[in-house]
Amino acid sequence: MSTTATEVRPSAGHVPTSRRERRARELHRGNPLWGLLAWVVGLLFVAPVLWMVLTSFHSETDAATNPPSIAADLTLDGYRSFFAAGPWPPLINSMSASIVSTILVLLLAIPAAYALSIRPVKRWTDVMFFFLSTKFMPIVAAVLPLYLFARYAGLLDNITYLALLYTAMNLPIAVWMMRSFLAEVPVEMLEAASIDGAGLIRTLRSVVAPVAVPGIAATALICFIFSWNELLLARTLTAVVAQTSPVFLTGFVTSQGLFLAQLCAAATVVSLPVLVAGFAAQDKLVQGLSLGAVK
Amino acid sequence: MSTGTHTPRGRPAAGTAVTPPPTSSTTGARRVSNWARRAPLVPAFVFLFIATQLPFLTTIVISFTNWNALRPGERDFVGVDNYVEVFTNARLRESVWNTVVLTVVVVGVSLVLGMLIALLLDRKFFGRGAVRTMMIAPFLVVPIAAALLWKHALFNPSYGLLNGVLTWIWNLFGSQEPPQFEYLTVAPMISIQVALIWQWTPFMMLILLAGLQSKPGDAEEAARMDGASGWQIFRYLTFPHLRQYLELGGLLGAIYIVQNFDAVFTITSGALGTANLPYTIYQTFFQAGQYGLASAMGVVVVIGTIIIATFALRVVSTMFKEEGAR
Repeated sequence: MSTTATEVRPSAGHVPTSRRERRARELHRGNPLWGLLAWVVGLLFVAPVLWMVLTSFHSETDAATNPPSIAADLTLDGYRSFFAAGPWPPLINSMSASIVSTILVLLLAIPAAYALSIRPVKRWTDVMFFFLSTKFMPIVAAVLPLYLFARYAGLLDNITYLALLYTAMNLPIAVWMMRSFLAEVPVEMLEAASIDGAGLIRTLRSVVAPVAVPGIAATALICFIFSWNELLLARTLTAVVAQTSPVFLTGFVTSQGLFLAQLCAAATVVSLPVLVAGFAAQDKLVQGLSLGAVK
Repeated sequence: MSTGTHTPRGRPAAGTAVTPPPTSSTTGARRVSNWARRAPLVPAFVFLFIATQLPFLTTIVISFTNWNALRPGERDFVGVDNYVEVFTNARLRESVWNTVVLTVVVVGVSLVLGMLIALLLDRKFFGRGAVRTMMIAPFLVVPIAAALLWKHALFNPSYGLLNGVLTWIWNLFGSQEPPQFEYLTVAPMISIQVALIWQWTPFMMLILLAGLQSKPGDAEEAARMDGASGWQIFRYLTFPHLRQYLELGGLLGAIYIVQNFDAVFTITSGALGTANLPYTIYQTFFQAGQYGLASAMGVVVVIGTIIIATFALRVVSTMFKEEGAR
């Protein structure tokens, strides 16, 4: 344990140039065909997404042709029909449930992670496994009691109840992620700060925060995405008032006649927040998805 | 793991007494200090206990009753009848089987594809960042939107993109009779799997690519100088290093695919023998109103996931060990 905390691994964004250069040299050489293959695979994977966006700008008749009319005229009709269907309340519901639950998750997870890493309780690994084990329970196994309780307490179709449940859903992941980030806090510096007589707040701000803030960002991103995407609980527990965007999407297909363009417009709009956040913070996404194991 | 228990990670935290002697006066102080350490943990612990453990305990209790929403009068204790039903009813057995198949196929194929693509993206080529961004896109489409997209815009036999591309290629070669498939009726299960693999391969790829890039290059360089072949380098250097990332990806993927509801619900509505346990449970609750039976199924799912969990705990334990050794 002699090397503990002396080597704080650089975070993904700040790899020293020397290491990056070395890495670049290792990545050889070689056949441009592999690069070409990578492009082909990448295009294959992104094609359905591009098709979704392109179709959303087509007229309904152009969207439903065989072979596909790729070069058809662009129009905003799909978006007009989507926004005419009243998507704002569900979008706002989703946004508030996701944001509120993400904030609650952070408020609960950060102190917990502190007590599991910086000043760890005894048997902290057992506590970690308790948190993770709650993720092994599929939501569907708890949905009936949650529904019955909501019916009994008058919380059906209530966005606050949904936000609280999303908090519980994401809390274990957040605790795991935050612990793995806080474990990187250099303890020598904590000791030095306490010898210098720095108070708790100052220690948190000047020693803990620089390591923790990127972790908080990654945690928040993942919690937001999972809450935004959730369907089963929302479909079970909300109806009209508290309906979220995924639930709205499931009801969107029942319209008669041609609907492909407006469906693609709806799917694009609902996915947009996640696409933007995910693309903007790709490294955070990886850190978050691996529960902080990959830095 | 012994290092992780008493003086965690081998060092006392700032400002606390190290192993005070067990005299009566210090025991009290230590107890206070222990509770001060536990305090930040309490809100999260209590909240999670109330929100997850209590509902599950209720599910277990309901699973031993014949509670049916359509017959509100009777609610009696029926022992293990519901569990017998879960394992003898052919429809329920089928959904257990479907859950296993769906999970194994989707996680397995996504892992293999994800690894191959990660190996491709670990090389240097023009536009590597752009290709990585394109690869991530499927994972960022909201799952329910992705399921709708596959069902209506891609699989649809008359105007879906898949048949559309076939028509287009055949027309290109002057043929007026392109093959057209009814994907969802001919191969409903494979259709669901394809849509999920499309979403989960990027997830696996991201974790494995990060794993590849954390790999020290020195050993590989040395091996190459000693004349090791590409396959040998992969087999004896890259793969062992990737192993824990493969396990992590497999574990997280399995947790989410076992629970998958969105894709089955949207693409086939559980028809044509594709219903998995989450979908069947949902139906048993909210359409059939058989609360007792559905709860028993829920308990079975949890037990199934615990089997994965036992494997999982081994994986994460090794991760803790490596962190302790760092």
